[in-house]
Amino acid sequence: MRADASPSPVSIAAMPVEIDIAKVASLARIALSAEELARYGAQLGAILEHAERVQQLPTEGIPPTSHPVPMTNSFRPDKVTESLSPDEALSGAPAAEDGYFKVPPVLGDE
Amino acid sequence: MSDPADLTIAAAGAKLRSGELSSVDLTEAVLERARMSESHLHAYLTLDQTGAREKATAADAALAAGDDRGPLHGIPIALKDNMCTKGIETTASSQILAGWIPPYDATVVSRLQAAGSVLVGKTNLDEFAMGSSTENSAYGATRNPWNTDTVPGGSSGGSAAAVATGSALAALGSDTGGSIRQPAALCGVVGVKPTYGLVSRYGLIAFASSLDQIGPFTRSVEDSAVLLEAIAGHDIHDATSIRGEIPNFRGSLHHGVAGLKIGVIKELSGPEIDPEVRTSVSKMHDALADAGAEVTEVSLPSCEYGLSAYYLIAPAECSANLARFDGVRFGLRSEGATTEEMMAATRAEGFGPEVIRRILLGTYALSAGYYDAFYGQAQRVRTLIRQQFAAAYEGVDVLVAPTSPTTAFEIGAKTDDPIAMYYADVCTIPINLTGDPGASIPIGLDSADLPIGYQVMAPSLGEERMFQVAQAVEDIANFTARAPLATSEVVSP
Repeated sequence: MRADASPSPVSIAAMPVEIDIAKVASLARIALSAEELARYGAQLGAILEHAERVQQLPTEGIPPTSHPVPMTNSFRPDKVTESLSPDEALSGAPAAEDGYFKVPPVLGDE
Repeated sequence: MSDPADLTIAAAGAKLRSGELSSVDLTEAVLERARMSESHLHAYLTLDQTGAREKATAADAALAAGDDRGPLHGIPIALKDNMCTKGIETTASSQILAGWIPPYDATVVSRLQAAGSVLVGKTNLDEFAMGSSTENSAYGATRNPWNTDTVPGGSSGGSAAAVATGSALAALGSDTGGSIRQPAALCGVVGVKPTYGLVSRYGLIAFASSLDQIGPFTRSVEDSAVLLEAIAGHDIHDATSIRGEIPNFRGSLHHGVAGLKIGVIKELSGPEIDPEVRTSVSKMHDALADAGAEVTEVSLPSCEYGLSAYYLIAPAECSANLARFDGVRFGLRSEGATTEEMMAATRAEGFGPEVIRRILLGTYALSAGYYDAFYGQAQRVRTLIRQQFAAAYEGVDVLVAPTSPTTAFEIGAKTDDPIAMYYADVCTIPINLTGDPGASIPIGLDSADLPIGYQVMAPSLGEERMFQVAQAVEDIANFTARAPLATSEVVSP
């Protein structure tokens, strides 16, 4: 995303922090009760108000840093080396069968 | 003679080679110290007594046969429990990984083994390294050996407490926002966060990949340099690890500070720092000037935004990294009629509150419509902070600041207030964002007899200069006090 495509810092700062906490929890795949959702929602609001301080700094034309080491690609020789056996790879699995990880049905009944 | 458990790596190494002491003696002394202190501290999640004794016996045999692996040969070392150890349970202090036995070793573990060291055990941490007090562990909090009513700092609190107590001669921790330096300060030991990419992260259970870095806890600056030399270097298994030769970290250790330019960070010297910490740190600035350094104040205004940027970037990366804990490949699985229900139930049951909080925060900060305002803006602020630090280093050799705004705080004091807890990292976070190295050195005690840490920071790959100044700080401070729990008189029931 480019800096010049975003709204100015001032208009962002004016944006109230609205959180659809149930949607966020669903995206994060965490099953929370209504009481937990309310508690985390309130805490997140408070943390985001604090984090919003980043919007006070003018950053027009400043490129984002995703990573502290200036490198583009990291290559290694394309050689076959030792790796985990299927048994080792499955050794921590809660359920496995015939060399595969086993999960409940991916689709529901309906 | 002092107890072998209280020796530095350098002193123990000399005794091992003179025949005054064996690795078995050293290991038994450390295990005895653990036996006395663990019920008070809970520094360890797993104490591998059998494995440690076997390794110590093997180290003695190798040394007797002339196979000397170097300065770590026969030295008992502890590992934070977020580093994978083949065949030894690794939990990251989370219920979601309870009982998990990794099928491989982290690169740092392989390197420590190749260097002949003895693994004592796995130390406690805030769950997935998220926290500043080691209270967020699913297996109970670790306590500070200086005062067991207080926290050891975090997230590597177990490693810091073990080294301060003598239940290990040294330890490894990981530092994402201060998780090595802050507990080192609170426990009165030396802790180093190396340059990002200097130490392989392969086998480190990921929290925030662009910030995480493994580093040493020791009782002297020299020991930290020795330990870092053993674990640093390019690793084919970590695409972000830096290629090229590893500098000699001990090359300038005793060169002093005469003629060096030292910058005091103005934004970390104000009223937000506890007055006793401020006084102690300020005295060290003066002492370094007396030793011949040119000490000036440097303003880094973007520093004040570090905490806010960090608490968007780190949760964003954590929400992606922790997606792998879903009940399929390892760890806990809860019941669910479908795969998706099983995953959501597993994650709700397996993660503690702080981890859930950060995953939700990160998920929100990365979600459509909010990405640029939060995550994108935090990344641009990160660039500003990097630019300001780089500009500062054009005028000074190192930057200095307190490591922590306060000394150790009471257990439970900040557990209900996430933002107050986050503030514990205000002095350490900036250089996680820049990727630069930093060290914390104990310089004294406050009026409550709790340790104060002094932070020395250098430009990326400037470890040699950082260690040089850290050594001067250590020499000036002459911090010889030991945690009460490190002395057998106090511990004996």
